[in-house]
Amino acid sequence: MSTVCDACLRRGYLIGLLAAPIAGLLERRLRRPAEIMALEDAELAMAIGGSSTGEALDFLAHFDPRRARADLTRAAVTAICMHREGYPEQLRDLPDAPAALFCRGRTELLAATAAEPAVTVVGTRDASPYGLDVAHDLGRGLASAGITTISGMALGIDAAAHRGALGARGATIAVLACGPDIAYPRRHRDLHAQICAQGLVVSELPPGQRAYRWSFPARNRIMAALARLTVVVEAGEASGTLITAGFAQDLGRAVGAVPGRVTTRVAHGANKLLRDGAPVIRDTGDALDELLGVGMWSRAQATDLSNLDPAQRRLLDAVEAGLDMDGICAFTDMEIAQVRAALTELETSGLIRRDGLAGWERSSH
Amino acid sequence: MPTFALEGVDAREVTVEVDVRRGLPAFAIVGLPDTAVREARERVRAALLNSDLEFPLARLTANLAPAWVRKAGASFDLALAVGVLSASGQVPAAALEGCAVSGELSLGGELRPVRGALAISIGCRRAGLRRLIVAPESAAEAALVGDVEVCPVPSLARLVDLLHERWAPEPPRAGPEPSPPVADAPDLADVRGQLDARRALEIAAAGGHSLLMIGPPGAGKTMLARRLPGILPPLTSDEALDVTRVHGVVGMGSGGLAALRPFRAPHHTISAQGLVGGGARPRPGEVTLAHRGVLFLDELAEFARPALEALRQPLELGEVEITRGQTTLAFPSRVMLVAAANPCPCGRGGDACTCPGMVRDRYRARLSGPLIDRIDMVCQLAPVTADKLAPGAPLGEPSAAVRGRVSRARAAQSRRLARSGIATNAAMTARQMREQVGLAPRAAQPLTAALDRGLLTGRGHDRVLRLARTIADLEEGDLVTAVHVAEALGYRVAA
Repeated sequence: MSTVCDACLRRGYLIGLLAAPIAGLLERRLRRPAEIMALEDAELAMAIGGSSTGEALDFLAHFDPRRARADLTRAAVTAICMHREGYPEQLRDLPDAPAALFCRGRTELLAATAAEPAVTVVGTRDASPYGLDVAHDLGRGLASAGITTISGMALGIDAAAHRGALGARGATIAVLACGPDIAYPRRHRDLHAQICAQGLVVSELPPGQRAYRWSFPARNRIMAALARLTVVVEAGEASGTLITAGFAQDLGRAVGAVPGRVTTRVAHGANKLLRDGAPVIRDTGDALDELLGVGMWSRAQATDLSNLDPAQRRLLDAVEAGLDMDGICAFTDMEIAQVRAALTELETSGLIRRDGLAGWERSSH
Repeated sequence: MPTFALEGVDAREVTVEVDVRRGLPAFAIVGLPDTAVREARERVRAALLNSDLEFPLARLTANLAPAWVRKAGASFDLALAVGVLSASGQVPAAALEGCAVSGELSLGGELRPVRGALAISIGCRRAGLRRLIVAPESAAEAALVGDVEVCPVPSLARLVDLLHERWAPEPPRAGPEPSPPVADAPDLADVRGQLDARRALEIAAAGGHSLLMIGPPGAGKTMLARRLPGILPPLTSDEALDVTRVHGVVGMGSGGLAALRPFRAPHHTISAQGLVGGGARPRPGEVTLAHRGVLFLDELAEFARPALEALRQPLELGEVEITRGQTTLAFPSRVMLVAAANPCPCGRGGDACTCPGMVRDRYRARLSGPLIDRIDMVCQLAPVTADKLAPGAPLGEPSAAVRGRVSRARAAQSRRLARSGIATNAAMTARQMREQVGLAPRAAQPLTAALDRGLLTGRGHDRVLRLARTIADLEEGDLVTAVHVAEALGYRVAA
């Protein structure tokens, strides 16, 4: 049996067909997005108005599911609808739940988000190095704890979170604002391919559709609904990231934020959430506490340090303190050649990692 | 009358023939001369007359053979003048047997020096000519080739005396002399701190590995790079000849044998042609001027992409090939590549960086451009702190000590690689490396761990082993141990 029923498939393609007129409607501020997406097929067609209404009604009358299915196969995309198994149950909390989800990659990850909690990591496109690091570490830490990381594949924080998860060979889901076969932004072609291979790409829009202004907040509601916890890493004021956090709150999901420097513009949104009472997320541990309850997760990773010799521990302290190479040599009283060799040992055991091109930093999980 | 035309860094033999016959007085030059060669008519005529010699009132035809080679410049003046003298019977033809000349003439009859004197005397030896007559300024450079008798002659009148055996010049000091010690070169002792970069520089010098230095402005990247020639082994006499020849051709020579390895630091606005050479009349580029020395690319990320692309092949093959018409020229380009870059556009790097995310990303993307896979190692420079610059602060280790270790490591390499025809670990092919690297038991363990963690690619793998081999050579170890490999891994170019 197929994973999508004809009616939902038709609905998915209808939204694809009307994507541009919907954009026009919203531009003119005639309707609110949530209102539109909650309308029935025929009502939606009527609401659009103008020549598009006729086109939409015609489409509804003559929709050929077999052709649509062939189209999906060609695009290597699977559709999953709300009437069939594999649809993530928690999406039904949305008043305007998507009828069909178009997926590319490991579709089983989608159903798994219902059984095992997942975390959405979101943030600004114009992130600081600090924000990128935290997002990357969260992705990686969650992956090594066996938890799926959800994000939007945007530049900056989103991509860092995905990469972190992929780097630890973990599961990650990218929810796109365009068709699942389109790598947007284009700079993330490689990332898109990697997520398709190792994780899952999901969209409400059928293959081939480009992104519209309205489809970003629409995608955000899906990200918020899929996860039990949404972590805001860095977000400006009045940003898409805060929209996602707002959806998550409306749905009764947990929202946490990573504290940023108060003087950094891109951290204002996250800091404001904290000020408003959102839990502080410093690292994967905090996220897991929030997700599963304090102390419910294994603290196995913390024991890694016990088998370090004193010299290595001192070296680790030096890296944690952010010392440069000369500083590390002085602090540990070692020759530079020894320091390089010892740092490699720490790197291959995953305790530190390359910072940018030439320096080192502590990995945070 | 044999003389020479420069083609790239080589001299091609050109024969000047002069025919004198009765007719309306005229002086024609044939054989693809350019304007400067054509103008030689006026210089030759004036020089002869001002030297109290006769300029025949007859129809003169000079031919420059082979006729298909383009001739440029004023270096044919002397050959044309001697051709006229010989054809009009003013000098004995027998005295010109086995003799080549090269020089520009002044209107008063003095000889002026030409570019590429060393290349010309190498050409003489190849052509089997015993004697080379040049201006005194060119003599020292020309005399570096042993087998050719170089006669420094100040003027045309003196030349006629010489050919009539009425005068003999003071012979220039002949033959290559051993390189003087590198005394006036900048010394590593001036560099305080920067332990990581010093160590990296030493390893790079020992194995001929290319190096990228990352550090904030003012940390001393350029200062360190300038000190690299001073810790490389001194030029061998063949290498010194090679350098002198190249520099002589572009008029950069000092007159004598090159004592120091060249150091070239082209500005980042340089064009591809400026970097690798070219032009209608091919001129060597920076990579050739740095031959046997160091090519330093400061602000690597700012170089134009086409320029860096053009550099790839010369770095790999050790020579630049330029094709013009029927001829293909090869410029030598065996250089050690050293590059430097700021960690990000604002230069602060790390936690202090204030660059917007996308600006930084774009910079990183430019940095990992076309040359990054030619870089063997990356090191880090710290910002300089005041206490290191204080008058009482200890000096660094002097260049001479480092050079000693580097030379020993190089000697170990040449013993091991003698039969492979290469000199350094960096030049080992993948196969030579497998056969020659000499791993101690369990030495590959850090490599395996790094591969497992996805920290290393296949290409990076071989690069790390070459580097580890050099580190072992520096410590005079026969086998590469796990510690050597771990240190080498620390310098790898992070993916």
